[in-house]
Amino acid sequence: MSRLIFPFLAMPASPSTRLRLSSGLRVSRFLLGSWTALVLAFLYLPVLVLVAYSFNASRLNVLWEGFTFGWYRSVWENAPLLQAARNSLVIAGVTTVLSVVLGTAGGWLLHRYRFRMAGGIETLTAIPMVMPEILMGISLLVLFATAGVPLGFTTVVIGHVTFSFPFVLVAVRARLRGLDPALEEAALDLGATPLQAFWLVIVPCLRPAIVAGALMAFTLSWDELIVTFFTASAASATLPIRVFGMAKVGLNPMLNALSAIFVVVTVAFVAFSAYLKRLAR
Amino acid sequence: MTAGKEAGPPVTDRRTAGWRAWALLAPMLAWLMLFIVVPTAVLLVYSFCERDELGRVVYTFTWDNYQRAFDPIYVRIFGRSIGYATLTAAICIVAGFPVACYIGRAREELRDRLLLLVMVPFWTSFLIRTYAWITILKQEGLLNAVLRSLPFGAGPLDLLYTPVAVMIGLVYAYLPFMILPIYGSVEKLDGALIEAAHDLGAGPLRVFSSVIIPLTLPGIAAGTLLVFVPSIAMFAITDLMGGARVPLIGNVIQNQFTQARDWPFGAALGVVFMALFAVTYWILLRFREREEAAG
Repeated sequence: MSRLIFPFLAMPASPSTRLRLSSGLRVSRFLLGSWTALVLAFLYLPVLVLVAYSFNASRLNVLWEGFTFGWYRSVWENAPLLQAARNSLVIAGVTTVLSVVLGTAGGWLLHRYRFRMAGGIETLTAIPMVMPEILMGISLLVLFATAGVPLGFTTVVIGHVTFSFPFVLVAVRARLRGLDPALEEAALDLGATPLQAFWLVIVPCLRPAIVAGALMAFTLSWDELIVTFFTASAASATLPIRVFGMAKVGLNPMLNALSAIFVVVTVAFVAFSAYLKRLAR
Repeated sequence: MTAGKEAGPPVTDRRTAGWRAWALLAPMLAWLMLFIVVPTAVLLVYSFCERDELGRVVYTFTWDNYQRAFDPIYVRIFGRSIGYATLTAAICIVAGFPVACYIGRAREELRDRLLLLVMVPFWTSFLIRTYAWITILKQEGLLNAVLRSLPFGAGPLDLLYTPVAVMIGLVYAYLPFMILPIYGSVEKLDGALIEAAHDLGAGPLRVFSSVIIPLTLPGIAAGTLLVFVPSIAMFAITDLMGGARVPLIGNVIQNQFTQARDWPFGAALGVVFMALFAVTYWILLRFREREEAAG
């Protein structure tokens, strides 16, 4: 569900004059800081509670009855959950590869060539990023039903690629805009074919954007619930689908453990992205 | 006045696309046609169909589904959905704006760290973040345990599966989506403008309402779009936090495609929602463009 935001984040942030605080606003700075701390506490406390309770021996979840790794073991021994995790990995992996191919090729072509109806094409590539997920889900469902395609891995991957690849495209185009057009010309002047120029010169320059786009596509696919809800079969159910099913029934200490794993992986992922960004600088 | 504007795209001599470029672009175009344009058209067709007793779709032409969609029951649900989404967006603006301002004005290292802190919940699966609140809000959950341990003996609150819980879930899920775009606007804000307003004798309130708010409107509009539209149809949060007691339009649509097996009616509700979405999007985008052209 986080995909909606990226069109807005992708805008180049212009370096602005640093804001200097005048005396009248200095008081408000303290208030703003306190409020920020409160909001961050609101954002983090529930997740921390979840992580803490994943080590709680009590089934009922509230009172602390001792430390245990038991819930992690039961996650590990839960066959449907593991199957769902495998499905998620496979689907996110295939989605990432297809999204990178479609998004990089599309981004390069739209950057390099003047197409007739370019405006229309751009709007078309932007639609999957902003379209509410439930609409994408039900419209794909009616499409597959009409075409007689049974729901399964392919249908889930189709849905995921559809909303993921535009993000790769946006990342690639943002990078291309900052690239010197002389690079490609030099390659062509030195006798490279257009394909060689693209593969040997442009693609290496695009690598940071492609990596960023791939990470984004993987995460979007890994987290997606709504589109998957309408396009998956029981056999191709992803981890979020299983978690949703379990959470609907009520509390389950196993879910705490699973959530804790998710949170740790996310933190690692964000840290890794920040590290990559610093490298690129 | 803004420093970054002149860094436009370098002038490329873009070639007019020949048949080869079109051929290379064809897979992407085919993908978008096949999985965005065609499905939307099929949905539109379905919305005029009927279903038989077994829930199979019968291809006819009828306005019945739309008539039903505008039945008072569903109009009320649409209204409630818009109400919840509006309230969610409003709370997110009020809670998120000061945070965005603080981050946008912080020193660089602090700013990067705070941004990272906002990004982590943003990347964490909303499903898990919603589930965390069930642990806290349920009757024998953490909140009531804390309340019970207080000396003045506050009674247990039965919050889960109420509208309050749904609101908490929505705000919790979407707050980072409001903070980040507003931060983008605040970061671009030129400090000289604020100082000029001060020097010209404006008080803090006046500076806020006449300078800061208008200049950060594009961010607020973007944030509103990101919070308002998804929360209208977010059936997973209402399912988990509201039980089945507070259905929003997303739950009704989802139900038509699962238990009720009335796809044509679900399609009609979907088309109405799509129209609603398109109008909201158009208005907010216009707003952004105008503000950006002015800024």
